[in-house]
This record gives sequence, structure tokens and C-alpha cells, in this order.
Amino acid sequence: MSKRMDTGNAACALAVKAANVDFIAAYPITPQTTISEKLADYAAAGELSGVYLPVESEHSVMSAVAAASAAGSRTFTATSSQGLLYMHEILHFAAGGRLPVVMVNVNRAVCAPWCLYADHQDSVSQRDTGWLQFHCASHQEIYDTVFLAYKVAEKVRIPAMINYDGFLLSHSMLPFDTLDQETINRFLPPYRPDWKLHPQWGGTFGNVAAAAEYSAYRNTLAEDTLKAADVIEEEARAYKDLTGRWHGGMIDVQGPQDSDVFLMSMGSMSAEMSLVAEALQAQGIKAANLKVRVYRPFPGAALRQALPQNAKLLVFDRNLAYGHEGGALLMEARSVFYDSGKAVKIAGASVGIGGVDLPAAMLTEKALALLEGLK
Amino acid sequence: MNEAIKSVKLADMPDYELVKSGTGGCAGCPSPMGLRIVGKALGPNSIMVMTPSCAVASIGVMPKSCYDVPVLNVCFASAGASAAGVSMSLDAQLKSGELTGEKPTVFTWVGDGGTYDIGFQGISAAAERNDDFIHFCYNNEAYSNTGVQRSGATPKYATTTTTPAGKSAQKKNVPLLMLEQRVAYVATASLAYPQDFYRKVMKAKSIKGFKYIELHAPCGPGWKFASSDTVTLGRLAVKSGAWLLWEGEHGKLTLNTPTKPLAEGKMPLTELEDYLKAQGRFSHVMKSPQKDAVIDEMKAEIRREMDFMLGREKL
Amino acid sequence: MNNMPINPLSCATEGAGGPTGTWRSHRPVIDTNQCTGCLMCWIWCPEGVIAKEDRAINYDYCKGCGLCAKECPAHAITMIKEADHE
Repeated sequence: MSKRMDTGNAACALAVKAANVDFIAAYPITPQTTISEKLADYAAAGELSGVYLPVESEHSVMSAVAAASAAGSRTFTATSSQGLLYMHEILHFAAGGRLPVVMVNVNRAVCAPWCLYADHQDSVSQRDTGWLQFHCASHQEIYDTVFLAYKVAEKVRIPAMINYDGFLLSHSMLPFDTLDQETINRFLPPYRPDWKLHPQWGGTFGNVAAAAEYSAYRNTLAEDTLKAADVIEEEARAYKDLTGRWHGGMIDVQGPQDSDVFLMSMGSMSAEMSLVAEALQAQGIKAANLKVRVYRPFPGAALRQALPQNAKLLVFDRNLAYGHEGGALLMEARSVFYDSGKAVKIAGASVGIGGVDLPAAMLTEKALALLEGLK
Repeated sequence: MNEAIKSVKLADMPDYELVKSGTGGCAGCPSPMGLRIVGKALGPNSIMVMTPSCAVASIGVMPKSCYDVPVLNVCFASAGASAAGVSMSLDAQLKSGELTGEKPTVFTWVGDGGTYDIGFQGISAAAERNDDFIHFCYNNEAYSNTGVQRSGATPKYATTTTTPAGKSAQKKNVPLLMLEQRVAYVATASLAYPQDFYRKVMKAKSIKGFKYIELHAPCGPGWKFASSDTVTLGRLAVKSGAWLLWEGEHGKLTLNTPTKPLAEGKMPLTELEDYLKAQGRFSHVMKSPQKDAVIDEMKAEIRREMDFMLGREKL
Repeated sequence: MNNMPINPLSCATEGAGGPTGTWRSHRPVIDTNQCTGCLMCWIWCPEGVIAKEDRAINYDYCKGCGLCAKECPAHAITMIKEADHE
């Protein structure tokens, strides 16, 4: 283990280098580009265990990594914003094919108009592609989540997307601790799938299925995605036992577990939200920060378990659910507590769209206003 | 040219069948015909990547498949990148010792829609990167799988369901673009010349890097001819000059027999009208008062292309 | 395949497209006396139903396209109406 001072993208590239990745495909897009560049440097210096394929579009990136995954490789790529949108078709393909690709999406607003800064519209728009979606709130969490994502994805055979906010985390310099290779190998051994696209195994992958078989197959994916929540909790604890590092399981409640008010958000905003919880506590409100670490599967069971009876849940989305009041997190939080037997009052707001700054003072004001509305 | 790959007698071609009998393809379909020859040339140590096409629609329904090699079905625009992904994954696993033995030949089997149009970017990029696989385009000159709509490979004047009055634009020439990308190997082929096709597949197999083979694949339902006439149409296309047989290595072009003697005037061209009459998609031309003018224009186009290729061969 | 993987996979099977021999209205019949063994029918048969060894035809899957009869250089193959054959 050693301490590093570097960008979030550098933390990501370091973790990928250490994760015994066999195949990387890349295409640049701001703010992800420096990950692909760093991995190209590692490849050129002979420091990567795998191969590096610079392709001509994000559609081809995902087509290449999904195919390489089918051929038996542990694969990685990174993208942002339009790039993620351009991959959309192949995201469905990778999940449907049960190919445990791991991809970093450095969150960025989508066009039109053009905007380079962070919001979660890109990844929230991929909600129903069947991918696991992690969100990170720090450089340390980015580094650690790379190993967790591979471990979980390969165990449940579902691809995983690791999200973190563009520029706020991707380009800021912050300290983080790495791990020694032996510890990483113990947590994440090399990828050994039970089937490969190879004459030794045979088989036609993905031809036409009749309605009944298709339906059964896709329902299994839906069930397995829900079940992945337990695997994530389990592997996050195993990672903690091995390294001492903890960023939460499906969620992370920071502050009194019996709080009256819970401040729910994901991404870098959830780091800022700790300051908001402290500000509310200073005003005599018992408040805790509730960081959503995993957006898919949605942490429904974890939320129902974490929130006490009569709690107030304030949800802060960094996305817009067009045609519906509130953002994606707010909608899903409401659906989690509807008919849950727990009286939880829920309010929320969409903030920080297009990378608008989210200082704690502004978020505190917003939280107080939402609480006022719940009275 | 690699002189080691010579023409093979039919009797010396292997028994191995890549396509299991009883596919979902139309009677007389050129796709399994072509794939059977590909299988004989490449053998079972091969991996096929497919994009949506008749060849995919006719595989059979899960859990059955008519193809005896590992197959990866990918999305429509994915052939170039996915085949590159498979090939590089194999390279990495052979390097690390995870896999042993001879590298399987990675090849795509993609129609003209997946090659000329929706998949062109990915294939052109794989060619530029010199990724190690064979791209096969089985060119039936239309989107036959979706019911015969125009493609970039549909010839001028041909009717399709989206060009009911006949196509007004000239077709693209993707093999020529590949030649000018100076890929490791590029060839055109015809089902009417199976030994020539077999030799070209063997040659492609022997070369590392990007290989492109385009097989002219007359489609009965699409072109409106009887199921028994697939080979006849292919032969007429070559003999009338509507389809040229040639191959190129790193930009060096060679015209093949019979295209070369036909282009040089050492062998008489079959009347183009015989080719047009043998199918239904040009029947409006045959009935038109402008018939002679249209056929003259088509012949002039063939002459231009032959002259161009004869000149190009000298480079 | 060594066990049942979770990926959407199919196995190579004869008749994956169904009993395609039932599509046939005419069946090819080879006159072995006229057959020269040139193998053109074998290489061109879209379904691979003609045996290389003895040109025996697998009628379970022959679709009756008639290509073999049309292309046979020795005119050794005749297409016979299924009803007449019965």
C-alpha cells in the first residue's frame, strides 16, 4: 500500500492496471480521456497485463469489449456523456449476453446544448439496460470500486458501470491509498469464465429465441440483478475485512442511524452532503447523510431497513426525469416506501444540473426549504 | 502473390460441413452455399461473428443452431469492432498461456447491408488498424432479410421494395475502397466459381492481418428468379462483366479468370441482356421504350470499370 | 460445452430450421449411371444434403431447390414431382 496524490482518473487507471485486465478498448471523450491516455501509456510501457485496442467510436468500443468478454477476457473501457449514449444499443447486448464487462462512466451532461460538466443524465438514461451502476464520492472510492465491480460483475455475470462526476472527481488532485498486488490478487483472482467463444467450448451465442424462452431468459436477468444487491453487500464487507476500507454496501449512512432527517444523494454531492448534515445538526435537527453507492440494483431493501419509522427523507438528484416531477432518485425512493409499512415522508429536488456548483450552504438552504414543505 | 495457395480440385476439398443440413434459409439461398465452402477452407478451428442478416434469421431458434463453429451474434454496426475484440482477446490469451494451440481463424459473415451501409465505419476502421480477421461480405445487393430494400450495393435501375421504380443511384464499390486501404488481402468471388472462392479463402487464412472477401450472392426472392438459378445468375454476372473477379494484396491488384480475358477482349462477353432477362428486378427496364439506352449505359459502366481495373492492375 | 453456462447459447443441430424436407414439391433423383462424380452438386447444394462419397441425398432436409439438377454437367439429376414419386 502506498499513498498517492493524483486525479480521480489517475486513480481509476492505476486500479485498472492492477486488476489483471486482459482487454481494453478506448475512444476519447471529455472528461474521461485522461483514463484512456494513461492506459495507453501503461500499454506502451509494457506495464499492462492485457492488450489495448484504440477504436473509432464508442459504439465500437462496447462492441469490442463485449466480444472480447465473450471470448474469455476480463475487459475494461471508459466513457462519458455522448459516448455512453452512443453505446446504448450494446449496453443492452452486453447485459443480455451476461458478459461481465466493467466500464467507468465519468458523468457529464448531455447535449443539446453542449456542456462539459457533471450531472447524471448520461448514466440515469441507461437505467434499464440491465447494468449494475456504482457511484463514487471520492478518489479512494474510485480506486477501490474498480476491484469490487469486477468481483461482483464476474460473480453475478452482469456488466457493471462505475460512475463518478466529471472534473469534480476526474480532474481534481486528492490523496488516495493504493493496494499491493498480492492483496488485489487475493480479492480479485484472474477471470476464469465457464464458457468462452472458442472451438473448445463451441456454441452459437445469441441467435433468435422464441417468446417464451426470451421472456424466461430476460426475467432471469431481472431477478439476478436484484439478487446482486446481496453480493455487493457481501463483497464490500469482504473488501473491508481485507483492506480496512469501507464506502458502504448498497448505501452508506453517515451520522446517527436514528436520525429524523436523511439526506440522500449520489456521486460527489454525497461528500458535500456530510457538511449539510452537520449544518442541520447545528440547528438542532437530527440529520444523517445517506450516500447511494449503488443505483442499479436500486437499494430498496437497504433503504427500508436503514430508515426509522416516521423519518423524513430528502432526496437530491443530479438529473431530470423529464415529464415527471422530481428526478430519478426521488421517484424510486417514493416507490420503495410506498406500501412499505414504514411512514417515511419524502421530498426532493433536482440540483447541480450541467455541473452547477453545489456548496453546502446552498444545499442546507434547500434542505431546510424541503423540510418546511413536509410540515 | 502467395504462390503456395493453388487451385484445389473439388475431390480434394474436405468433407467438413460448417453448415448443418436443415437451415431456415430459403431454397437455393446463396448464404449457406458460400458458408459451406468457407467451412471447408477454414476448418473447424474457426470462430464466426455475425450481424443481423438472412444468415442469422435462418440459424434456427434457441437452443438450436445450424452452424458447427462457435458463433457470436452481435449488433448490426458491430462486425468490425467485435471481430477485432475476439481476435485480440485470443491473442492475449495465447500470449498469457490461458489458451494453447493454433489460433482459431476469426471471420465475420455479414451481408451488404452490414458491410456497405450500417456497419461500414467499423469495418473500415478494422481494415485501417489491420486487425487480424477475415471479413466476408456476402453481397446479395439488397437488404434481403427485411424483405428486399435498397442497399448501397444495389445496382442502378434494380427494383427493390424501397426503389419500386428502379434505383436511381450507382452502387458503391467497397472492395475497391478496401484495395485502396491497402489491406493485407482483398478479393471478390462468385458462387459460380467455387474453386476460385475456396482458394481465396485459403489464401486469406494464410495471411495475418485484415482480409476482406466479397462474395457475389444472387438472391432468388430478392432478384426474382427460380431457386434453381442461383449459380446460373452468378455465372451470368461474371461472364457479362456485371461482377468482376479480382484479388489484391497490400494494394497490388490482380484480375482473375475469366474477368481478365473478358476485360482484355480475349474472350467474348456474354450479352448483358441475358443476365438482366434471367431475373425480375430489371423487368421494367426490359419493357421500357428506353431499354436500349439503359442497357447501353449499363454496358458503358461495365466497360469503364473494366478499363479502370486493367489500368489499376498496372500500378 | 462442458456445463450449462448462463450465456444465451445454442448447439449445432441438424434441422435447426425444422424438417425442411417437407418444403419440397419436387425431389432430385440421381441417375448413378450417368453421374460422372464431378461433385458440382455436392459443392453447390445449399443445404449440404448430397454426400460426397456416393451422392446419396438426405431427403429429410433437401428443400427441392433444383439447383443440382440445373447445374449437373452430365444431366444426371432429374426433378420429380413428390406426388408422382409416392
